[in-house]
Amino acid sequence: MSDAAIAHAHQFDDATQQRDAATLGMWIFLATEILFFGGLFLGYTVYRIAYPQAFAEASRHTLLVFGGTNTAILLISSAIMAFAVRAAQNQKRMALVIHLFGTTTLGVLFLCIKGFEYSREISEHLLPGNSFHFAQPHATHAELFFYLYFLMTGVHALHVLIGVFLIGFFGINALFTNHLEQQATAIDLLGLYWHFVDIVWVVLFPLIYLIGRNA
Amino acid sequence: MNARSNRNKFLITAIALLALLALTIWAAFLNLGPFNTVVALGISGAKMALIFLVFMDIRERGKLVWLALGAGFFWLAIMFALAMSDFMTRGWE
Repeated sequence: MSDAAIAHAHQFDDATQQRDAATLGMWIFLATEILFFGGLFLGYTVYRIAYPQAFAEASRHTLLVFGGTNTAILLISSAIMAFAVRAAQNQKRMALVIHLFGTTTLGVLFLCIKGFEYSREISEHLLPGNSFHFAQPHATHAELFFYLYFLMTGVHALHVLIGVFLIGFFGINALFTNHLEQQATAIDLLGLYWHFVDIVWVVLFPLIYLIGRNA
Repeated sequence: MNARSNRNKFLITAIALLALLALTIWAAFLNLGPFNTVVALGISGAKMALIFLVFMDIRERGKLVWLALGAGFFWLAIMFALAMSDFMTRGWE
């Protein structure tokens, strides 16, 4: 790809500088996202160390089949997104469109499964609040686990939703644009965001679904 | 890097990630005592490293990107260290 052919905004010397600035901006945003999710992970760590049995009991009531399937879906979607980034760099329009829509489809599937999972848990009275009911010895502290569960997966699902919209938008754009060569940087940065959302889930998954399974 | 080797690289990574997922679920049902958590987080770390290295292509990015990412994790470590040094030295009832 020759950068000389790509237009750049007037504040940049050339297209390479523009691309590097945009890329650095995305990485700085991701660094702030590490701290944003980090606060939630810190809360989780504090309460898990304080109430290990309650967390193990509560974790056994999460739906591992849903969580495991969703992990696989996000991992595969990340691989497909990596292909989309390469397709954008090589200016292969159809490959780019197919891989972007593939990623979006898997993102939507993730959200659907998450929705079914939430609805099961809400009907089992596991949503913290007045209707919370947990017939185990450590119910009060288990409620803390479910509070963190809904908050962390909810914030993560919001990130997936934003990603789905953005990737879908860029997929439609890639289908019709006459300036495909201008898209490579944006698709690359979108890929970074999507992979980051995947990484957050990879860390979240064992903390939520996999504690106390051997008891 | 040509298209074919890229394709193989991404496919192998995806398969490795799915294998690690299967491994972490399997390991969760073993009784390893406190090492259950260590193994689970270790496998998460391996998956994270694969995504950073292969999908996010971190080796090809410049030093500034490393600095930005490193700063994120560094401040995360500060947050955890200071907060845990408080909570771990209190009595919980």
